[in-house]
Amino acid sequence: MTKQADERPVLSVSGLDVSFSTMRGDVKAVSDVSFDLKRGEVLALVGESGSGKSVSTRAVMGIVRGNATINARRMELAGHDLLTADEEQKRKLRGRVISLVFQDALSALNPVLSIGDQLGELYRTHLNVSKKEARERSIELLRSVHLASADKRIDDYPHQFSGGMRQRILIASAIALKPEVLIADEPTTALDVTVQAQILDLLDELRDELGMAILLITHDLGVVARMAERVAVMYAGRLVETGSVDDIFRAPSHPYTAALMASAPRIETVEKLEPIKGSPPNLIAPPPGCAFNPRCTHLGELCTKVRPELIGDLPGRSRACHYPLVETAHVG
Amino acid sequence: MSAEPILEARGLSKTFRAGGAVFGKPFQAVKDVSLAVMPGETLAVVGESGCGKSTLARMLVGLETPDEGEILFRGAPIKRDRALRRQVQMVFQDPYLSLNPRRTVLDIVAEPLDVHGLAKGAARTARVEELLTAVGLDPAASSRFPHEFSGGQRQRIGIARALAAEPSVLVCDEPVSALDVSVQAQVVNLLIDLQKRLGIAIIFIAHDLAVVRAISHRVMVMYLGRAVEEGGADRVLVTPNHPYTVALRGSALEPDPARARLARGKATRGEPPNPVNPPPGCRFNPRCPRVTDECRTNEPQMKRHTDAAGLSGVACYHPVQEAEALSA
Repeated sequence: MTKQADERPVLSVSGLDVSFSTMRGDVKAVSDVSFDLKRGEVLALVGESGSGKSVSTRAVMGIVRGNATINARRMELAGHDLLTADEEQKRKLRGRVISLVFQDALSALNPVLSIGDQLGELYRTHLNVSKKEARERSIELLRSVHLASADKRIDDYPHQFSGGMRQRILIASAIALKPEVLIADEPTTALDVTVQAQILDLLDELRDELGMAILLITHDLGVVARMAERVAVMYAGRLVETGSVDDIFRAPSHPYTAALMASAPRIETVEKLEPIKGSPPNLIAPPPGCAFNPRCTHLGELCTKVRPELIGDLPGRSRACHYPLVETAHVG
Repeated sequence: MSAEPILEARGLSKTFRAGGAVFGKPFQAVKDVSLAVMPGETLAVVGESGCGKSTLARMLVGLETPDEGEILFRGAPIKRDRALRRQVQMVFQDPYLSLNPRRTVLDIVAEPLDVHGLAKGAARTARVEELLTAVGLDPAASSRFPHEFSGGQRQRIGIARALAAEPSVLVCDEPVSALDVSVQAQVVNLLIDLQKRLGIAIIFIAHDLAVVRAISHRVMVMYLGRAVEEGGADRVLVTPNHPYTVALRGSALEPDPARARLARGKATRGEPPNPVNPPPGCRFNPRCPRVTDECRTNEPQMKRHTDAAGLSGVACYHPVQEAEALSA
């Protein structure tokens, strides 16, 4: 599947900062995050709760709520500069060029509108088609996400569908206008595993058909391993490691990435789990130096004094660590 | 492990009404489920949403009354016997909703002591501090409120409360599913450690097979209110016999790209059907790749036998053999 990805990024973000002002002080939810999403590829943004992965993508979409301050050096989407675009221009990009699938399909769909009305509205506002044509296109769309008897269920309301079907409908609404970038924010977290498998298969299929790139936000390393070609690991609002899924899962170089993998249980082997001690830092007053230092088992003298920058050494790989783990296993 | 189960459930059934107690449609959340757990053993109950695993857990601790069947503690029916009830305690899924935000940690953890009249005054405080230490929290935490703690710490508070009455059995309903992976491992290790130290039996309700593998000795798989497979964790999770367990196993993704990518394009069709209208015959038959006419008409019964890991069985007319399971 990597063959589909060509080198021009369809989404390019550099130096993204997002902070929220609260009564207790400024929360730096995202600091200096940069990534390129290539056409047709799946890039996973991985992290635990509060790592800033969802806020980063909401900033790109221009849908951060509340009193947020967003700054970036560059934010480009398919040739459009998002930093200079006005609200009207951004509104036109959403849906057609970039769209979002949320975790919770029940709250993302409007409970008082039928599925047909919600999907049809997309076609009518963006493509200016007639009501009849919008309905026909909506039925076609529901078929493309394999919703059984789409022509009969088009007038049903969200509560009449199961969780898996609602997620299919949400995905349908996200791909209705054939966007170039799909942001999937924990798209299967609320679902049972057998239904998760179906939704991930559907995303694969749609990606092949439409050639869209997917930015996958997840905390689940199994979903990353199944779906993505590249991965960017976030901790306390910053990127700590990026690279290809194969490289990083084989030999993580940031101690946080390694610790996260060691803490994940596996079905085939029964080994004592190795949890990460403590919990993620308070983003109002993060620890000095590397934000992971209070929990790190690979600590050196620089870690509590100097914040490590994200630097690339090998092609396509980078990490923010003064004392990265060295791959001990022989390569090849 | 002794040969006598510490907690046993025989033929438990529970019917609810969907959409109102009087006019709602009845559905069987749990149908004729039996289980037995030995002292010091962890039995995991696994299944997807709506399979009845939480209802089963709530019946075991007395939060729901079974319509049929009975629950035995060391061979004696529990019913309304408070002294026996005390022996079976529960850890809840949501560490945010299950702790009263207006009470201090001291009062939360001491609640079972108060209810059962086990300790007062200085002894009560000392016992709470001992419990907090046992779950890896600072005893000074007792004067603070739940909102001052992270999700993982709250779950430790919930575990300390469950341990306060010195139970022999802990029923944990998805205790780690709301936690981040790194913290999840802390709580799983804590439960394993407590079990070793205190010799308690654990009934661990979960949907995540990898977590189940890390903690359990035996596993029971439920589908739409029925137990479909049971046995040692190694056998059930690595070489499952029931086609539903095989499907669950095949859908579970592990942090290993080569292995996880094998799952591509192999999703099991369909979704769990509506429990108000379960299909006739085997409840998994509409989704099963091995279905025959027999499965559509007759409901297969679980035949149990005892092997090295304890009771083992599968409710299926066409169980998957080991060699097939490996290649699936």
